Amino acid sequence: MAALLDVQDLNLRFPIGGGLFRKPLTLHALTDVSFTVEEGETLAIVGESGSGKTTLGYAISGLLTPSSGHIRFGEALSGAVEDRPVQLVFQDPFSALDPRMMVGDIVAEPLRLAGVPNKERQERAETVLGQVGLNAESAQRYPHEFSGGQRQRIAIARALIADPKLIVADEPLSALDVSIQSQVLNLLNKIKRERSISYLFISHDLGVVHHLADRVIVLYLGRIMEIASREHLFATPSHPYTQALMRSVPRIGRGRRQPGQSLKGEIPTPLAPPPGCVFHTRCPKAQDVCREAVPVLEPAPGRPGQMSACHFKD
Amino acid sequence: MSMNQAEIAGLPSAPRQTIWQLRRRRFLKNKPAVIALGFLVVLAVLCGVAYPLGQFLGVDPATTNLLYRFQPPSTEHWLGTDELGRDVLLRLMYGGQVSLAVGILGTLLTAIIGITVGLWAGFVGGRIDAFLMRATDCVIALPMTPVLIVLGAVDLGKLGLAPAMANSPLVIFLRIVIIIALVDWTTIARLTRAETIAVRQKEYVKAAQVSGARRFYNMMVHVLPNITTPITVAMTLSVGRIILFESTLSFLGFGIVPPTPTWGNMLTNAQQLIISAPALAVYPGLLIFLTVMSVNFVGDGIRIAFDPRSKS
Repeated sequence: MAALLDVQDLNLRFPIGGGLFRKPLTLHALTDVSFTVEEGETLAIVGESGSGKTTLGYAISGLLTPSSGHIRFGEALSGAVEDRPVQLVFQDPFSALDPRMMVGDIVAEPLRLAGVPNKERQERAETVLGQVGLNAESAQRYPHEFSGGQRQRIAIARALIADPKLIVADEPLSALDVSIQSQVLNLLNKIKRERSISYLFISHDLGVVHHLADRVIVLYLGRIMEIASREHLFATPSHPYTQALMRSVPRIGRGRRQPGQSLKGEIPTPLAPPPGCVFHTRCPKAQDVCREAVPVLEPAPGRPGQMSACHFKD
Repeated sequence: MSMNQAEIAGLPSAPRQTIWQLRRRRFLKNKPAVIALGFLVVLAVLCGVAYPLGQFLGVDPATTNLLYRFQPPSTEHWLGTDELGRDVLLRLMYGGQVSLAVGILGTLLTAIIGITVGLWAGFVGGRIDAFLMRATDCVIALPMTPVLIVLGAVDLGKLGLAPAMANSPLVIFLRIVIIIALVDWTTIARLTRAETIAVRQKEYVKAAQVSGARRFYNMMVHVLPNITTPITVAMTLSVGRIILFESTLSFLGFGIVPPTPTWGNMLTNAQQLIISAPALAVYPGLLIFLTVMSVNFVGDGIRIAFDPRSKS
């Protein structure tokens, strides 16, 4: 497998506030993020709210410009106008579709922007609508006539129509009912098998991640805490934050959560991230070294494929 | 995926038609809007036939006859005569030509300036937004009357226009329209900006950006169609305001000069005679009222016809 996407030392900072006489504060949205996505791979990004998951997705799809570092796509992708390497699927299927456009036009929009003639793009829109399980007549309707799950299918159809190599899916399931979630999840899996597309799957639902992902990145306050294959991450989480996330998953019938094991407090403000390891304020293992030295992302003991940024990794 | 089949089956089939056919059909189903549009068309046609009717009745609307003032309706003067003995009906018809044209053209020009400024400021944001909005604030802050007097006093002859052309009715008319647009665009600009900012954040705009859409594409394809509702309402309201605004301008002594009637200046003149000859105020007032109401209904009809969420 060849690397499809290569992200190196990605930093994203936003100036916040700041007026004529005030210096703006800096929001550290992403700090030194590096990873690769292979062809046909599903890479999940997990983390709690405010950890920078969506920002990372936007940066990769080109909506945000990195402050430093780079985002590179594989060589085969540069050039052709029509196959844009990335497409986005959003969390909220209600604001993701223009209410004044017909579904056929919504789905065909990436082709329209690529200059494909109208007749051809309408045909392709109907084909791709069929692939996501909607009939061709849907093309003549407006988004408000569809349910949440159907709308998410339309959004997926729009992402698929220009044959992207990578789909950034920003919590595509969290706005849907559980029964619809599984349908959309199966659809995403089917598309992956048929088209060997890569996903960057942003989620905070570890159950879904376990079902879909090949590898997982754990993000905390804009920094990568851990990168590992799904098997390693779920079997032997190395970083204390990952371990805390695993413990926080609600369980049915497998014993109650132990008191005192869940994380306390809130994620610190990205305007002033803590020195040293950003997680030390909430970490049960924190020592003096964590408050001073930033831990590097290194393989966990005995597991070369599992990278973890912790001074005391398991 | 059996649920899937059920979802498909649940959709009623839709006849294939273009979006414009759909909109026209929706508009035609809206009775008040169709009646209002019909009324406006009839009104415009009636105003248009002022000259032939004057010829037919042998009446000149500019001829004064002080011995023949405040006459009740008769076969010669269908709506009677005014305080100078002029035919009221013909003056209403000629006045309607000016008032309707000023109201509609003024609104269109106002909307073009306001939407351009608001859309640009709202979508681009940052410094361009700050600059355009401060400029808008400046226009709002200017005291209206002195500005109008200054704008009205500009001698077009000295700006390089031939004197004959500078005083031609068309130039005078256009000048009124432009003056109105120059002071009246701010409301629509601010409204457009506020609505644009709300739509700009939507994810369908981001999706288009990811596919390579430029600003102009997003503004025209995604933002503008989604903010038409408040803009249509503001535009329909401004038609009536501009018709009355024109009378203020005329009252200040420039623009449409007195012998030429407009509904606005007929209404203004009739104010002094409201006790002795109330009909002189009622006719132009009623016509302005009906015009504004009709424009509102038509605007509402257009808004509903363009909104896919409304029931057809």
